Amino acid sequence: MAENNFLVDSARLGERALQRKHELENNPASRRSPLAYFPGMEQLDSPVEEAVLQEMEDYDCSRYTAVDVRRALAHQNCSREDFKALLSPAAAPFLEEMAQRAQRETSRHFGNTVYLFTPLYIANYCENYCVYCGFNCYNDIRRLQLDEAQIEHEMQVIAASGMEEILLLTGESQQKSNLEYIGKACKLARKYFRNVGLEIYPVNTEDYRYLHACGADYVTVFQETYNLEQYEKLHLLGHKRVFPYRFAAQERALRGGMRGVGFSALLGLSDFRKDALATALHVWYLQRRYPWAEFSLSCPRLRPIVNNDKITPQGIGERELCQVLCAYRIFLPFAGITVSSRETASFRNGIARICATKISAGVSTGIGDHEEKYDGHQEGKAGDEQFAIADSRSITAMYADMSGEGLQPVLNDYVYV
Amino acid sequence: MIRINGRQEKAAGKSLADWLCQAGYSGRMIAVEYNGEIISAEQYPQVSLHDGDVVEIVCFMGGG
Amino acid sequence: MEKMMDDCLELGGQRFHSRFILGSGKYSLQLIEAAVQDAGAEIVTLAVRRANTQDKENILDYIPKGVTLLPNTSGARNAEEAVRIARLARAMGCGDFVKIEIMRDSKYLLPDNGETVKATEMLAKEGFIVLPYMYPDLNVARELVSAGAAAVMPLAAPIGSNKGLATKEFIQILIDEIDLPVIVDAGIGAPSQACEAMEMGAAAIMANTALATAGNLPLMAAAFKEAIVAGRKAYLAGLGRVLTRGAEASDPLTGFLHD
Repeated sequence: MAENNFLVDSARLGERALQRKHELENNPASRRSPLAYFPGMEQLDSPVEEAVLQEMEDYDCSRYTAVDVRRALAHQNCSREDFKALLSPAAAPFLEEMAQRAQRETSRHFGNTVYLFTPLYIANYCENYCVYCGFNCYNDIRRLQLDEAQIEHEMQVIAASGMEEILLLTGESQQKSNLEYIGKACKLARKYFRNVGLEIYPVNTEDYRYLHACGADYVTVFQETYNLEQYEKLHLLGHKRVFPYRFAAQERALRGGMRGVGFSALLGLSDFRKDALATALHVWYLQRRYPWAEFSLSCPRLRPIVNNDKITPQGIGERELCQVLCAYRIFLPFAGITVSSRETASFRNGIARICATKISAGVSTGIGDHEEKYDGHQEGKAGDEQFAIADSRSITAMYADMSGEGLQPVLNDYVYV
Repeated sequence: MIRINGRQEKAAGKSLADWLCQAGYSGRMIAVEYNGEIISAEQYPQVSLHDGDVVEIVCFMGGG
Repeated sequence: MEKMMDDCLELGGQRFHSRFILGSGKYSLQLIEAAVQDAGAEIVTLAVRRANTQDKENILDYIPKGVTLLPNTSGARNAEEAVRIARLARAMGCGDFVKIEIMRDSKYLLPDNGETVKATEMLAKEGFIVLPYMYPDLNVARELVSAGAAAVMPLAAPIGSNKGLATKEFIQILIDEIDLPVIVDAGIGAPSQACEAMEMGAAAIMANTALATAGNLPLMAAAFKEAIVAGRKAYLAGLGRVLTRGAEASDPLTGFLHD
């Protein structure tokens, strides 16, 4: 299997910048330790990271056999061992059975509902160099940050489509998109939407408390990969390089008063089975420490980005992704599962019947282009996208399609606390 | 009078150790609470009983 | 077999091979020694009561040496009383174990969970190894964990009723969600019920009335012992599958997958 080549140079980078970029890419000694905290980063005393990483390290998926998979499917409660069997290659022939079981668990916890939401990217400035990401600081893209009026305008466009839940995203730039800026966006969002999620750079507990007071109450942070060695090679520069600070983000968010937290690995960056295991264990351990919280999982696979259309999710096809999601559902029946527009319409329709509980609609991963995408009406300039989407259905189309699958689309059932 | 295990006893002026011995508690595994405070066995001779004191003497019995 | 050999019940840093906690109430002292021996019990519960000089017999003389004593706080109606009884029990010099039992209801003798949490917190701070008897409520069990309990002791059915696992579903939830040993206490009336609780993953069984009211107490103690060991082995072995009758007719769910 050929590996992805993530490294792309831009002719527009200055000589010194290019030199620095190559140095970071080629000379590991030029990179700071991924375990070293930046000043001001809060350190939590929590046993969760060690527990998750140790168990991931010990996981040998080739040890599991069809017997283990059958036993796991027969158990009423899926143990951690059972989950490991369901994630293993031995479970591949049982995919249909897993899907049937996953569907039963989903309907037991969520009925036949599927929630719709829209992500809104408000800025794509970024100080990290994550080699696979379209927003990375060395990627030559059109950068944009919406001001308050522009944010409100985008929100009006989205709210007019009927959407009641929004996810606010930024690139990870604390300079450009500081806490106050994000807080203002949250306050605006509360005017137009019933619930507001955040997907921003990880912050300290008190910062999460502030953002919660501004109106956000769900925080999603992707760990991307739980393999530290691989993480170090992919996140070459910026605050995101600090692996343990990112790992503890959900815990800080919950301590800061957020109602729920979202998790994910970006499948395809490293051994996807180990990453899927670690993601689920991350949820499992935190659920036991914070049993009142809501938890959700996402399952993004690598996608092409601006200036690199060759990136593909290596080794993890739709069948493997489906297996991971069914295993998640059986192991963590209470967790929400979000399937993003990185996946095709046919995959999202199919997976919503089995285990997904949340689907995005009317998606743009660009900046300030909802109006253009919604109405075909073009006005001013827009910022480039984080990744290429594979499902561009509008909320109306999504609503109709989900109903067509026998599901009940829900825009919100939320009481803000 | 001194209230010992709910009964009024004439024991003023005696030490706790003397009273326990006289009442037949010597050698038994007991715990003593004197005016709400637990007294260790070594302290029994030092505790002198006064009118109005409340003493509880407990031991183990069968239980689930 | 290796799995069984080093399979220990750990409470407050102490390891026990037996998973049968024996009550000593409601039967004659003369039967205690046989009961303990035939039960293979390493922990025996006791109550604390006002001493009476007319009692010439000391229950401790009937309990074999080496057995860990687990005084309970029966009679306590609130946290303060339970703490008082626990301190008195410890003053008798038989170790730091205490089973908290707080009842504000004399008809059904149901434990008061709220007061139990308070007492657990106070006693754990004083260094007791606290085993709280409780109504199986997940939220309360979590509070007991935070309060410093060494185990939780949910009731299977009203105390003394011998009715078996009336709270089975809720005890299973505690077993699944709580990181402490879950010791099923109260209501277990027959060895088969003790065995079932152990198969579910209970860490130990506490029984008293089931033995006290049996036709032959030591023989029943032996029966419980074997049932508890059997249930533990079954749990460690992993129960086999149960076939459900008939298949569920359903369209394939995975037909949409590409590549």
